[in-house]
Amino acid sequence: MRKNFTTSIFLGAVLLTAGAAQAKTLVYCSEASPEGFNPSLYTSGTTFDASSRAMFDSLVGFERGTTQVVPGLAESWEISGDGKTYTFHLRKGVKFHRTKNFTPSRDFNANDVLYSFNRQWMADHPDHKLSGGSYEYFNGMDMPKLLKDIRKVDDYTVVFELNQPEAPFIANMAMDFASILSAEYAKKMRKAGTPEKIDLSPVGTGPFQLVHYQKDAVIRYKANPDYWAGKAAIDKLIFSITPDASVRYAKLKAGECHIMPYPNPADIAQMKKDPAIKMMDQEGLNVGYLAWNTQKKPLTDVRVRKALNMAINKAAIIDAIYLGAGVAAKNPIPPTMWSYNDAIKDDPYDPAASRALLAEAGYPNGFEMDLWAMPVQRPYNPNARRMAEMMQADLAKVGVKAKIVTYEWGEYLKRTKNGEHMSTLLGWTGDNGDPDNFLYVLLSCAASTGANRARWCYEPFDDLLKKAKLTTDIGERTKLYKQAQVIFKQQAPWFTIAHSKVFMPMSKRVVNYKIDPFGGHVFYGVDLK
Amino acid sequence: MLRFLLTRISLIIPTFIGVTLLSFSLIRLVPGDPIELLAGERGLDPARHAALRAQLGLDQPLLQQYWLYIQQVLQGDLGVSIVTKTPVMDEFLTLFPATIELSLFAIALAVLIGLPVGMLAAVKRGSLFDYSSMGLSLVGYSMPIFWWALLLILFFSVNLGWTPVSGRISVLYYIEPVTGFLLIDSLLSDESGAFRSALSHLILPAIALGTIPLAVIARMTRSSMLEVLQADYIRTARAKGLASWRVIIIHALRNALIPVVTVIGLQVGVLFAGAILTETIFAWPGIGKWLIESVQRRDYPVLQGGVLLIASMVMLINLGVDLLYGLINPRISR
Repeated sequence: MRKNFTTSIFLGAVLLTAGAAQAKTLVYCSEASPEGFNPSLYTSGTTFDASSRAMFDSLVGFERGTTQVVPGLAESWEISGDGKTYTFHLRKGVKFHRTKNFTPSRDFNANDVLYSFNRQWMADHPDHKLSGGSYEYFNGMDMPKLLKDIRKVDDYTVVFELNQPEAPFIANMAMDFASILSAEYAKKMRKAGTPEKIDLSPVGTGPFQLVHYQKDAVIRYKANPDYWAGKAAIDKLIFSITPDASVRYAKLKAGECHIMPYPNPADIAQMKKDPAIKMMDQEGLNVGYLAWNTQKKPLTDVRVRKALNMAINKAAIIDAIYLGAGVAAKNPIPPTMWSYNDAIKDDPYDPAASRALLAEAGYPNGFEMDLWAMPVQRPYNPNARRMAEMMQADLAKVGVKAKIVTYEWGEYLKRTKNGEHMSTLLGWTGDNGDPDNFLYVLLSCAASTGANRARWCYEPFDDLLKKAKLTTDIGERTKLYKQAQVIFKQQAPWFTIAHSKVFMPMSKRVVNYKIDPFGGHVFYGVDLK
Repeated sequence: MLRFLLTRISLIIPTFIGVTLLSFSLIRLVPGDPIELLAGERGLDPARHAALRAQLGLDQPLLQQYWLYIQQVLQGDLGVSIVTKTPVMDEFLTLFPATIELSLFAIALAVLIGLPVGMLAAVKRGSLFDYSSMGLSLVGYSMPIFWWALLLILFFSVNLGWTPVSGRISVLYYIEPVTGFLLIDSLLSDESGAFRSALSHLILPAIALGTIPLAVIARMTRSSMLEVLQADYIRTARAKGLASWRVIIIHALRNALIPVVTVIGLQVGVLFAGAILTETIFAWPGIGKWLIESVQRRDYPVLQGGVLLIASMVMLINLGVDLLYGLINPRISR
């Protein structure tokens, strides 16, 4: 018996290598099953990895490994002087995937753009209610409020009219929810009485096309031979779904996959030592923070918030919680993002000064508060519970008694959104590389009853954000955001903790992999040697 | 026999109602909001949140929700997953064969090894074999599955490289599902080596999952056998001069099996519970992983439907065991 299994494994290994000679197959040990294959219906990164990032294109895209917006299905675009009209000139000769269900009779054109957006936007669109019909990203990015009209000028020109200028709009168009589906395929499936196939057996224009998916087991893709930017370097792409991080590591070691995401933080040191494994890392586009509820006394007083910021030992937290895989944060946006204000000085760790400032604010003996810690591990915070305990100890040293509170994740999100906390740990991973996507989403007055967990509405700051939305001039916007960061530091609505690093362990055979700043996993451009 | 059957079946109805009530209320008693979980850190504005709640029917009073749910269930409709938006029944049917395959293998392993070991230990009571096998079975019984599974992977897959780490078949093979049972499907397909690959993937998870039932069965067989071997009729049989193997196999074993069969039946519940852990570790695409995820995401329809289906399955198997019991020992069915 033993011999049989040995042979079968050996055979597998031989096949894996022999297969590489004929058809290059990249195996990626992904962390979970996607929710589905239409990126506009879902919100999780796992789903985007398996759908938009492999199979679809948007009008514009991000240059691989950067947050730079580059042409995608639109070759070029113009923005009107008032910033309200965007004209996209579409790429010619782009082919949709040819699948079992569908042979495209025409190239990609303006009808596909209209279909993809109208389906999400118009409640009376025939496919709007399909597959559950909730388009959370489209809504979350405020598209219904923003869009006035989407117009086809000719087959290769589409105009988007907005209700007000919105500088981040072009970056939004590069996001996953803005993926372009085939209108012809949708029409055909509706006619055949199987409209749900549009979302289940997707047809896109992207570098890979779906061959087969088995829930919780495997997703198979093959390279799209007609991809407009050139066929992918690998011929087949396989997602081998493996939820346990230790098992992913074992599979990487055993050669059953070439690349894996989300290693256990505790395994990273050992992986780096392994001669068969190449370890890539990069600062992620994220921030972990402790938000002070600025509507609850005594945190309404900026001196109190400043004092607390000086009471917490950030360096110790980064060593103990991030195990070195984090960079201290002083601004609400990560250093890799444009307009990052490096001139800003972080509040020093200084318990004595903190006590003095608290006394000045009228709290010489400190006060009691609560400190919420989320129950889950997130990319920006590997262990909130432990972090809260460290903060609690630091705060106790300046006389502030913090009680740690935690709830189940969904409940936690809801209650902190309702402002039940005095202070809460949370964080954010960027969607589109625009500073607006951090500052406006997390700190604007408009968000102060939602994602703005500090419930901080400060007009001078808010005015800068609003101004920055109105102009598309990057130089001008950079100035405004830099100024906003100065105000942020003065007003201290958050204790900024860290920007965490992303690690990607992979086989030495993998070349040209680039870590996606948005936390995604992109395999176009990757090769095997 | 008929009356026995009817009593057993009539007991199933209240149990079934109890299960629907439990699976419905437990997940709702636990705090958590599936909609908030879908939206993550971004959050939803209150109007959108309310609209989605209404769409999922979560805005109605609990009792009414339960009533609607029961009506659906009686029509054979288990609802649609909140996360993937596919019917619960479809997902269950694609995933369940994997769990069955794994569980059958695990229980077969447990019975094929556990029974003879227990028997031998009883016959050779007090011997080295008895002590060592019972000691080992105690260890096996106390082993946490996830830890045991990781040990197996590290030793056999990473260090020795004999077995694959996880999954159900090498990703190089693509087997069109016919029966859903991969061992059968891989034999039906033309791909050479697919069957071997599927079998080699099954070994470690089956060992990990089968260990506890194996230990239980071995210990149960031993103690039950010991009891029977001291019975008067065995002494009589021996006194009659029957061959000792005949006494053990024909006279003792059949009677000793009665409690063992009950225990095997009870192991079905244990198996499904263990399958949840085993499947998560070995990335085995069965219902265990599916249920764990549905708990994390508060996917009410999946959790309710999944629990209901598994509970029904356990009930049916226990019914089967009861009937089998009656066959082994006709006194019970009277």
